[in-house]
Amino acid sequence: MKRKNQRLILLLLAIGAVLGAVLLGMWGMRSQASFFYAPGDIAREGRPLPDRPVRVGGMVRGAIARMADGVTVEFVIGDNTPNTIRARYTGITPELFRTGSGVIADGHFVANPARGGVEFVASNILAKHDENYMPPELTQRGMHKTDAVR
Amino acid sequence: MIAEAGLALLWLAAALSLLQLVLGWAALRPGGEAMLRIVRPVAVAQGILVGLAFLTLIWLFLRTDLSVKLVAANSHSLKPWLYKFAGAWGNHEGSMLLWVTVLAVAGGAVALFERRLRQDTLIATLAAQAAIGLGFYAFLLFASNPFQRLTDIPDEGNGLNPLLQDPGLAFHPPTLYFGYVGISIAFSFAVGALVTRDVGPAFARAMRPWVLVAWIFLTLGITAGSYWAYYELGWGGWWFWDPVENASLMPWLAATALLHSVTVLATRAGLRAWTIMLAVVAFSMSMVGTFIVRSGLLTSVHAFAVDPLRGYFILGLLTLYIGGALVLFALRVRHVREGSPFEPVSREGALVANNLLLSVVLGLVFVGTLYPKLAEALGWSVSVGASYFNLVTAPLVILLVVVMALGPMLRWRSDRLKSVTGRAAAPVLLSALTLAALILWAPGIGPLPLLGLTVAPGVALASLMPLLGRNLRRTPLFTYGMVIAHLGIAVSLAGMAADSAFTQERLIALRPGQSTQVGGGFTVRFKAVQPVVGPNWTAVEAELEISRNGGAPFTLRPDARRFFQPPMDTSESSIQTLWDGQFYAALGQSDELGRWQFRLWWKPFVTLIWLGGVMIAFGGLLSLVGRLRRERRGRKIAKGKAKAVPDAVVESHA
Repeated sequence: MKRKNQRLILLLLAIGAVLGAVLLGMWGMRSQASFFYAPGDIAREGRPLPDRPVRVGGMVRGAIARMADGVTVEFVIGDNTPNTIRARYTGITPELFRTGSGVIADGHFVANPARGGVEFVASNILAKHDENYMPPELTQRGMHKTDAVR
Repeated sequence: MIAEAGLALLWLAAALSLLQLVLGWAALRPGGEAMLRIVRPVAVAQGILVGLAFLTLIWLFLRTDLSVKLVAANSHSLKPWLYKFAGAWGNHEGSMLLWVTVLAVAGGAVALFERRLRQDTLIATLAAQAAIGLGFYAFLLFASNPFQRLTDIPDEGNGLNPLLQDPGLAFHPPTLYFGYVGISIAFSFAVGALVTRDVGPAFARAMRPWVLVAWIFLTLGITAGSYWAYYELGWGGWWFWDPVENASLMPWLAATALLHSVTVLATRAGLRAWTIMLAVVAFSMSMVGTFIVRSGLLTSVHAFAVDPLRGYFILGLLTLYIGGALVLFALRVRHVREGSPFEPVSREGALVANNLLLSVVLGLVFVGTLYPKLAEALGWSVSVGASYFNLVTAPLVILLVVVMALGPMLRWRSDRLKSVTGRAAAPVLLSALTLAALILWAPGIGPLPLLGLTVAPGVALASLMPLLGRNLRRTPLFTYGMVIAHLGIAVSLAGMAADSAFTQERLIALRPGQSTQVGGGFTVRFKAVQPVVGPNWTAVEAELEISRNGGAPFTLRPDARRFFQPPMDTSESSIQTLWDGQFYAALGQSDELGRWQFRLWWKPFVTLIWLGGVMIAFGGLLSLVGRLRRERRGRKIAKGKAKAVPDAVVESHA
């Protein structure tokens, strides 16, 4: 191979690799990046498609109901709008997950006629170790600790 | 007094780094040769001074000197001594001091030991290292002073985040930093070589051991961090694609690419500009990582301080250094001679493929890590989680390990694919048999774990191939190093794939006396809960008796701990390692029916993940020792010849 060509070919390869990476990354983002929804956002923008990974957040409203198996909880997420999200989680919940606390959960929406049509199945509840912590997604939406009490 | 002494040492070191920069610059000017001899001792002295400043801080923590703000905010007199000691870097200021210490000590080590590099390039390298140091000294002294005193001395300190109160804290951060910040040496070498236009094989041979040392530490640090997160966080996962983890992975990817391209430059004089670029990128990734972790942009165990000013400071520094290096690169790249040519099918070709793939993976991780931050700045809330990273990186990693398996079988410069087919046959056959066995006996595995499990045994066998047909006693140590490191990759891959394919999880609430089954043949009996008291915590501890297929039982004691200073609850998992995997138990909460939640996992061959990591680092170590030994022998031979034959002959050998 000629010397001149070599650098050119390497350069083209590198550009090709970068382009490929960008395309792969964009495709991955489109299908996998999860957008954040507070209850009010869903009322405004509509519910995301089922099975699409999303992150929801807000305040735990009312009692956290523990199911008979001892490891599944059902709870309601509210925010500073009248809207709520019904959610379910199977697993060990973080210590600071209780009525009135801020909560952020990853998961997806599924149809569940028994619980009023649709519910959010959380695969992970983000552990926060500080009682006064408010997720930035919530403070951006103008929520404060006091909103939990309403 | 001691805190003031520490601060004085830090100021002195900062002054010396300024001196080192100015002297280095002067030495490279025409007529500056007189300065040459002073730069080395200044760099060594700077390293010693910062080292002493760091010891001072440790001393303050060991004595729990509460008049120092940092100690009062992050320590407690009742804390076990190990955490007083390691707590010195378990906070923002202390960890930045460790950062700067590693930077200066690495520079001092280069000044002390580097004998192969051309004198002027060495001086330029030391000047570059001093320039980096200067910025971070400023950051420490003006925005993160670890030695600041308090006027109101509290009666007791605030204590250390309980999640950090683990022996892992004594090992993981220093190891990681030695790698993470040690790679700054490669950056400074690259800048030095660009300044003096000295990019060639001799330069690459000088740079290689330094890159190797940093890379070994980085590998160990990441492996240790992964294991720590696995047992401490109690989620049963070993890698969370947390931005903080990515911050250590990105420099590792770049350093791994650099390690391979520098070999091409050292042996075949190829990939010159590319190697320089990678050296710049590797440390740039370390600085970006420092920015992500230290700016308070994200909430995690690693983000100690939320002070936006600090974030801007680091952002300014990294823009300055990365920008400066890139401008220098752009100005000087035309002076970098073109490398020796090679055919696409050759050892170089495989290494180019390795470099491209590693760079692409790096790019994908980079985008996924920073995209949410960028989106946040634009007003959207997006999170990018494990599903993105696994999806986009896993296929490339599989491709990468296949290239890794084939590459060492190829000859330098030019080869034909036919020549590898013979050697590749056995590994391919092994992989095919594994695939058949998996489909037959373990149906229902997801596509990616299946691919990983299929590829791993073949790659493991293939990575041994470079030893085939060689006299094993005369094979150089660095070849063994490569073989073991590549084998480690295969071992680690097998562990990751086995963990995601075969893990058995059981989530259950039990009353004392009840039993449950976990896949893999385990019977778990919950015997009792009892209160336990530690030095600065109380806990409820569950006693589980576990037996496998009716065999001899073992006991696990997971507990739920309550620390009193700072008040915080943590869950301490309990793990039993068996020959073919780990049994992992974590305790949750109790309910009004007297039941306790348990999370139980049987994780077949999960230990291979970290065993592989240690093998990779050990391979690096063998490679390092092998290279240094060969070089010393080479020098001795050259010396012997120099006595016997005229100089001109030696020149032609070199």
